[in-house]
Amino acid sequence: MSASAPPLDAPGEKNPPASGSPSFSPKAVRDRVRHSTPFIQRLKEFAIEKLLALSGWLSILFILLIFVFLFKEGLLALRQVESLSTFFYSVEPVMAYDAATAETKIVGEAVAYKWEPVSTPPRLSILPLLWGSFGVALLSAVLSTLSGIAVGVFLSEMASEKTRNLVKPALELLVGIPTVVIGFFMLTVVAIPLKNILNPADGTSLIPAYQSLYNMFVGSLGVSVVIVPVIASLVDDALRAVPMDLRAASLSLGATRWQTTWRVVLPAGVSGVLSAVILGFGRAIGETMIVLMCAGSAPQISLNPFDSTRTMTATIAAEMGAAQQGSLHMHTLFLVGAILVTLAFFLNLTVELIANHYRKKIRL
Amino acid sequence: MASSPPELREHKSIAGFPKHGAPDPSKYYVDIQKLSVFYGEKQALFGVSLGVARNEVLALIGPSGCGKSTLVKAVNRISELTPNVRIDGDIRINGETIFGEKADIITLRQRVGMVFQRPNPFPKSIYENVVYGLRLHGVRDRKTLDDVVEWALRHAALWDEVKDRLKTSALELSGGQQQRLCIARAIAVQPDVLLMDEPCSALDPIATAKIEDLILELKKDYTILIVTHNMQQAARVSDYTALMWLGKLIEHAPTEEIFTNPKEKITEDYITGRNG
Repeated sequence: MSASAPPLDAPGEKNPPASGSPSFSPKAVRDRVRHSTPFIQRLKEFAIEKLLALSGWLSILFILLIFVFLFKEGLLALRQVESLSTFFYSVEPVMAYDAATAETKIVGEAVAYKWEPVSTPPRLSILPLLWGSFGVALLSAVLSTLSGIAVGVFLSEMASEKTRNLVKPALELLVGIPTVVIGFFMLTVVAIPLKNILNPADGTSLIPAYQSLYNMFVGSLGVSVVIVPVIASLVDDALRAVPMDLRAASLSLGATRWQTTWRVVLPAGVSGVLSAVILGFGRAIGETMIVLMCAGSAPQISLNPFDSTRTMTATIAAEMGAAQQGSLHMHTLFLVGAILVTLAFFLNLTVELIANHYRKKIRL
Repeated sequence: MASSPPELREHKSIAGFPKHGAPDPSKYYVDIQKLSVFYGEKQALFGVSLGVARNEVLALIGPSGCGKSTLVKAVNRISELTPNVRIDGDIRINGETIFGEKADIITLRQRVGMVFQRPNPFPKSIYENVVYGLRLHGVRDRKTLDDVVEWALRHAALWDEVKDRLKTSALELSGGQQQRLCIARAIAVQPDVLLMDEPCSALDPIATAKIEDLILELKKDYTILIVTHNMQQAARVSDYTALMWLGKLIEHAPTEEIFTNPKEKITEDYITGRNG
């Protein structure tokens, strides 16, 4: 098409440009416009539209498939056991040493919450795994919520443009570091000195309960390294979405910067801040590598945060490869996966509901 | 109209010395002297000098980008929020400089209220919007707060429309009501100067008329600087009018004179709509 288009200043063109007017004629410009035929044009529109729609639907399809697959495999576990109690507790014999006969005898039975999938019979209580996951997530949330919000507020409200341009990419880099590296770092650099400080071998212990080198606390600390920047970044985004007008109004009434942040910006951005905390919690629940490496890998229900623990994610990562195809063990792991997905679903749903609730209340 | 609660009407000194010791109070209550404002490399105001006497209304007119808003925003130093802004010259309020080393920006903003271009109520209740400034400055007494809310809303000609729903969100009000709420919020801290940066630009004609009536009423108690794009508005509400052009002051004269007998060619062309 362009081959046949005349050069812009084609000789012999009517209405030669008068001096002072643009040096091209409207007609020459019109001739150069490349028109597709209406049919091709419509075909293009159609194709682009459908392609975009398709990619949208594909992502939904994938999520649905994951759901269906996990639940199908997980529910098979329910059919392989006689009683659902298998997934909660096992009944273990209690042994006692009888001094008179010098024998160890069974003297009764007790309920135990054990995850020992390859013993005979397998113990498949998921309670210690749930305990581990929620323990790590809650402890990380405690450790990182306040500092994450503080960093976010600092970035959005206090930091100069220069500082912000330095800190924000650094935070995003921190989020992007492969978690195995953070786990490795915690394992080699943090865990040992931490124990030496909190419970040194010479008996001058700050926390006598700190016995295991790798435990829930170290794991949570590692997870915090990841979720502090997640929360900070989201809080920063949320607060920067609060209109400048509101800050100006507050300052013009004689408020200090901090009063403005505390009384206007944070309340106006509260939905974003809440969402950030919940998403941080979700990230902590889903975190795998750090807890697998640093939390000690012993599934148990213990109130002591310095005891070893094992999360659902770490269990799947550690055992899925070794579990026998079609076994109860494998299907139970799928069941744990289904629980994780359900949790993630509800956490995200909560975030959406909060955002919606406040969107109605606050003009943003 | 109810007058303001007297104990709130007393002011601290802006410049950090007692009010009566202030040197040389000029004839202008707000006295802008050779004000130049730079945004980075770009100069937005070129040595503008003008002022407003007590209880008068000064309208600033001129085409977009001529520095009207920049000028008003310098008076309560809100322009310092913009990064890389530099200000030369001086502004005196009742004879006290607002840029001095000891100048107290909090007191300044308490004494110089501002109404913005777009209504910007806080996402709080109507009541909380009005008492926001007072709470900042430590007023806790319930009775005082209630009194000020009624006084400010009456003064802003909004009381009758909202008195039964003070606890509902300010965002449920119409645009015009929101702007009057912002005026109530500004006068609740008992300023003596009011800055209005195109307060009617986002409003319909009826709401605009209400705000204009309000300005004429507020004039009794406040010294007002109003930026406007609407020449009729300037003519209706102001005592003096100043025309700005490309960061310079072109003409500053009684409003009647400007509109009937402008001295400058630019002014004449502008108000007759031949340029700008």
